Amino acid sequence: MNNHQITINRWKDKIFYWYGLICTVSGVLILAVFLYSIIIEGWDRLNWQFFTSLPSRRPSSAGILVPLLGTLWIMILTTIIAVPIGIAAAIYLEEYGKKNKFAEFIEVNIANLAGVPSIIYGLLALEIFVRIMGLGRSLLSGALTLSLLILPIVIVSTREALKSVPKTIREASYALGATKWKTIWNAVLPSAAGGILTGVILAISRAIGETAPLVVIGAMLYITTIPTHPLDDFSVLPIQIYNWLSRPQKGFIENATAAIIVLLAITFILNGIAIYLRNKWQSKVKW
Amino acid sequence: MLKEKIIEKLLQFSAAISIFTTLGILYVLISESIDFFKEVSIVEFLTETQWTPLFSDKHYGILALLSGTLLTSFIAIIVAVPIGLSIAIFLNEYANRKVRNVLKPILEVLAAIPTVVYGYFALMVVTPFLQNFIPNLSGFNALSPGIVMGIMIIPMISSLSEDALYAIPYSLREASYGMGATKLQTVFKVLIPSASSGIIVSIILAISRAFGETMIVAIAAGQQPNFTFNPLVPVETITTYIVQVSLGDVIQGSIEYKTIFAAGITLFVMTFILNNISYYIRKKYQKYQL
Repeated sequence: MNNHQITINRWKDKIFYWYGLICTVSGVLILAVFLYSIIIEGWDRLNWQFFTSLPSRRPSSAGILVPLLGTLWIMILTTIIAVPIGIAAAIYLEEYGKKNKFAEFIEVNIANLAGVPSIIYGLLALEIFVRIMGLGRSLLSGALTLSLLILPIVIVSTREALKSVPKTIREASYALGATKWKTIWNAVLPSAAGGILTGVILAISRAIGETAPLVVIGAMLYITTIPTHPLDDFSVLPIQIYNWLSRPQKGFIENATAAIIVLLAITFILNGIAIYLRNKWQSKVKW
Repeated sequence: MLKEKIIEKLLQFSAAISIFTTLGILYVLISESIDFFKEVSIVEFLTETQWTPLFSDKHYGILALLSGTLLTSFIAIIVAVPIGLSIAIFLNEYANRKVRNVLKPILEVLAAIPTVVYGYFALMVVTPFLQNFIPNLSGFNALSPGIVMGIMIIPMISSLSEDALYAIPYSLREASYGMGATKLQTVFKVLIPSASSGIIVSIILAISRAFGETMIVAIAAGQQPNFTFNPLVPVETITTYIVQVSLGDVIQGSIEYKTIFAAGITLFVMTFILNNISYYIRKKYQKYQL
């Protein structure tokens, strides 16, 4: 190989470095442009009236009180339903079901469910929760739908956390005469708590951003009453945003943008907490 | 001991909920679709190119919706794969630690943004921007949501591909450098071939994700089932159709109501096949991991 060829190859290498850098930075820039455009458009609309008003046919007097409370309700109910089931399922698969056919089958199943489009969960919920179980278009229907949707995420992340607990912790507990469940409850779960919590928060953050399955179960009604009971009709922020976006008046678009700022703030706070916990947990726990 | 047994059964039951979910999905989609195909022939469903169940002149050609889904997904993949893969290579092979630690979490933020927000970007930011260059671009079109969907999928491709690249033992890189190869040659002749199964899995999962994406296309692609592959005109995807019907007052049990399950099962089959191919590839190549 002559010197000329080597120079060309070095140049190609340099060019690819810059190309890769541009790709990566452009991802960051796009994010910046997006955030900038919504803040410019929606920031002025964020006032006390916007947070405390009921929906209205006039954009300037409409507010997000109903969908904001709906989102909080959904967050709480989904957590109550999905987290215990998800953690229990993960404990079974990781601690009990090693190498048995049933657990293997469930594992394939969960991998598949994780890839099912969210709107399909909406169709499932429309038939099972809304119609057959007669729960209607209630908060409970919505929370059950989103719980099924995030279960695979909770299970997978909990399993990862359980996997990272070293065997010696379990053996130490067994050596003290603890039963299997006592070992899991008193030794394994506390050691894995940080990882589990991170996964759970990310899953909840995913749930409150979901729109499609809730639209399918019919949560797109014009609701003017504050939800006070799990069987009440509801709306959530993403649905309110979609609703406002599909109207032609400029004022509603501005409202949608302001609501997006609120939704993004909640999402980013949840993600921030999750990342903080992950880092803290990773740096503190050294086996 | 009895308590231990009961606890184990409870845990097992929780794990089994995933099976009930799958069975539930299959039951709902299949039973409603059977009713649908009693009234509409499956040949018409698969070969007609018009989809007008909500009009008086009814046609049930899923191809009109399928073309919308394939078109927007194709655009998304064209955007996401080259950029996502380049980012993975850059972060893993070229960037120093500092740059990596700053850029990677920022890119992860892109994955955390709710899809309805991406829909807003497609409709209010990207479409008007593109109209500066493409004057005959409709307000609703396949191009802009396709691009935005691609941006949304970038972190998925880059993080899965990065994992695949990261798993390659360092000795392979050293062997290549020892032969006098540059970084670029090492990337394309050694690393990408070694990580190919992981990269392919990331692309398949991205396609599956794009097929099922709903809000971006529902907001920005329009609601006109067009059998076309022209990215400049409004299209309707399978997912958008389901949303459109859900927003209206369709009577439960009517043929219009059943169409959303027929559309749903089409989407489910498509994503199911892709997910299983990726699962199979992952399982198969895990055995040969270096």
